[in-house]
Formats: sequence, C-alpha cells, structure tokens
Amino acid sequence: MISIKNLHKSFGELEVLKGIDLDVEKGQTIVVIGPSGSGKTTFLRCLNILEKPSDGTVEIGGLVADFSKPMSKKQIMAFRKQSAMVFQHYNLFPHMTALDNILEGPVTVQKKDKAEAKQKALALLEKVGLSDKADSYPHQLSGGQQQRVGIARALALEPKVMLFDEPTSALDPELVGEVLQVMKDLAQEGMTMVVVTHEMRFAKGAADEVLFMDSGRIVERGTPDAVFNRPQEERTKRFLNLIQDTDTI
Amino acid sequence: MYLNSIFSNPERLERLGDIAQSSFLPLIEAAVQFTLPLSVISFILGLFLAVVTALARISTVRILQWIARVYVSIIRGTPLLVQLFILFYGLPTIGVTIDPFPAAVIGFSLNVGAYASEVIRAAILSIPKGQWEAADTIGMSYSQTLRRVILPQASRVSVPPLSNTFISLVKDTSLAALILVTEMFRVAQQIAATNYEFLLLYGQAALIYWVICFLLSLVQGQLENRFDRYVSR
Repeated sequence: MISIKNLHKSFGELEVLKGIDLDVEKGQTIVVIGPSGSGKTTFLRCLNILEKPSDGTVEIGGLVADFSKPMSKKQIMAFRKQSAMVFQHYNLFPHMTALDNILEGPVTVQKKDKAEAKQKALALLEKVGLSDKADSYPHQLSGGQQQRVGIARALALEPKVMLFDEPTSALDPELVGEVLQVMKDLAQEGMTMVVVTHEMRFAKGAADEVLFMDSGRIVERGTPDAVFNRPQEERTKRFLNLIQDTDTI
Repeated sequence: MYLNSIFSNPERLERLGDIAQSSFLPLIEAAVQFTLPLSVISFILGLFLAVVTALARISTVRILQWIARVYVSIIRGTPLLVQLFILFYGLPTIGVTIDPFPAAVIGFSLNVGAYASEVIRAAILSIPKGQWEAADTIGMSYSQTLRRVILPQASRVSVPPLSNTFISLVKDTSLAALILVTEMFRVAQQIAATNYEFLLLYGQAALIYWVICFLLSLVQGQLENRFDRYVSR
C-alpha cells in the first residue's frame, strides 16, 4: 500500500530526514516513535506533502510521487487524495458544525451528492461515538470529541491510508482513551495507518510494526514485542528506559 | 452674546425653528440620495479591492506584492482631499473628465481599498496555519480554502476594524462637497449661504452624521454577536 524509498527532507542546511525506506502492507498499522526532533512528524507530513520532501519517492495506493523532480499543484493534489491526516491540534474548522466539518471534503471538494454524503457523515459520527454532536460547533466539544470529529472528517475522504500526527498529545489524560479506542477499532477493521505517537500502550496493543526514529533515520523496527521487549540498538534502549522512568515517577 | 440674543429675542428663536424645520428634509434627502449611496457603494467596491490587495500582499509572486505595496503606500501617504481634487479637477487637464459622483466613488473606493487591505491582510495572517493545512489535506484548492475556511474566519476578526473604516468613510464623504457632489454637507452649505445660519445648519448636519454612525455601531454589535456564535467565550 505504501512504498517509501530514500526519502530525504532538508530545511535549509538542516537535514531532518536522512533517507527513509519503508514498505507498508494494506491493512497494517505502523507506529512511529522516537524522541522529539527525531523527524517523525516531518516524516509523516512528507507522506501528505504538507512538507515537500527534498528527494526520494513515495508510492501510496499505486500512485507514485518522485520528489527528485518538481511536481505540479495538480500532481500534489492527486497524490494527497490517497491519504488523510489527523492533526495533533485537531485543526477543525471552528465556524462549521461537526457535521459540516465532515461534509466539507466530500461535498465541497469531491462534489459528491449532498444527501448521500450526509448519510455517510452521520454514520461516521456514529462510528466515533458522536451521533448526538452533529450540530455542535468545535468549541462546544471536548478535546477528545474534537479529535474524534477530526478522525471522522479524515475518514469521510475515503482515503487509502490514514496518517495520525500525535493525535492524543494535546489531550487531557482522561480523554486519551476514547480517541485511542476509535483508532484501535479502525486498525482492526483493516485500515492502513501510520501513527506518530507517544502512547506506548497503543503501540503495544494495535501496531503491526513499530519504527523507532532518531536523528532523521529509522534506527530500529520490528513487532511491538521485539522493539519494546528486546531492543537491539543502544539508542532504542535508552529512549525506552527514559519513557519507562517517567511512568514510574 | 449669541445665546443671549436667541433667548431674549422670541422672533429670532421662531425664525431658527422655522429654518431648522424646513432644512431638515433637504438634508435627510441629500443623505439618502448621496451620502449613504456614496458610502455603501464605495465601501463595497473598496472591500473588494482590499481583499484583492491583501491577497496580492500575501502571495508569493513578487510583482503582485510590489504593486499592492505601492498602491497602499500612495493612498495612505497622500491626503484624501488631494486625491479627490486630482481625480476631479486634475484629470480633466489631461482630457479625462469624470462626473462628481463617479469621481467621488473612485476616490473613496481607492481609499477604503488601501486602508482595509491592511485590516484584511492582518486578519488572514491571524488564522492559524493548521487551518490551511487541514484544508490542504482534505484536498481544497487555494480558492476553496480562501472562500470556505480562511475568509469566513478572517471576516469575524475584521468586523471591528472594518466598522471603523466604514464609519470614517461615512464622515469622509462630506469631503465630496468640495468636488461638487450635492451630498448632505454641501446641501447644508447651500442652505446656510442663503440665510447665514451656519451654526444651525452645520449643527444639523453634524447631528445627522452622528445618528447614522450611531446606527452603524449598533449594526457592528449585531454582526459581532452573530460571528461569535462559533467562538467560545
């Protein structure tokens, strides 16, 4: 479903991604972990061309983007259609109700039939447990509810891949669970997902593969069991120790 | 003393009352016929110009940025009255003759366009980057993003400063008197020229301007309430 080869990204002199290679099968959930500044968010944003990679190729759902060549706006937009993004700060449209947020993609952009799209949007709201919030504005919702609307808005685009950029990092601790549950359900339904997160329990419970990134490279990868219980690399061990330390403070 | 003489002279008091009564209608007529249309038309055209200018300023195309900057700089850097005089009295010398009302509309629109463009530019820049990104990821084009996401939010932020612009404009239309538009202030001048009751006539005009502006500030409050629907307090 996803095939990434030699992905590079520099911001001026600073090289943030130093050659990422990754293949993701359809229906897999990949969790990317790593210290801040490791490039994991940049990596995710490159898959949606929110950041334009400096070099390399990414194939998603059969469409290839070659970043060694300039891309037209049209090409970028076509490539973006393959995936949908869920943001750390939700980025819902504050002047639209939850339902209208979800409808914006299918109706305004994809020009789908409004009645049909509305049916689907309501079904998505039900799926994320918010059927009663269709007419609420984002500011009337809790962070967890906003993020679930964010997920529904992304799903409404019917993407082949869902990208999650630290979806629970901005949430109060007691609201994290409801968002992770929705994501777990999605993973179980066979959605292909790439998730950047600090939630190790989600990684352990829902990931098919865990990537540990540091300094713009994938340092270690494997099943959650392998990465968390038998890390091979020194840097991975150090990172996991640090996280576990904070758990016991 | 003027006041003394009014109150010690019932005849004069009566005369003032008569003049006030008879000049009220012509003043209101001039306001409805010229002051308000001039304000509204110039504001709408100016707003359109302001959005275009603001977009040019934030675009990545150098030449557009540059044109917008020069335009704003010229309009803000020269007096409105001078601009009106150039349009109405200056241009005919190079063969371009414009009637008073259209000349005023052009002058005021250009003025609003320049000032409001800065308001709108600031409002657009105040919308978080995440909104542009969210629009990008759901596949919106630049114009869809502007129309559906950015401008609706920016307009909420712009209501108070744009109300300022509009209220200033209503008062500035009195300058059109000097390029022969028979708006309210000019009518006040014309009436005063026949009866020499300057204080009365200009006072009446001032009162009508104030009432118009007061009503506009009420409208501003309504607009703010409406836009605040989706903002937490």
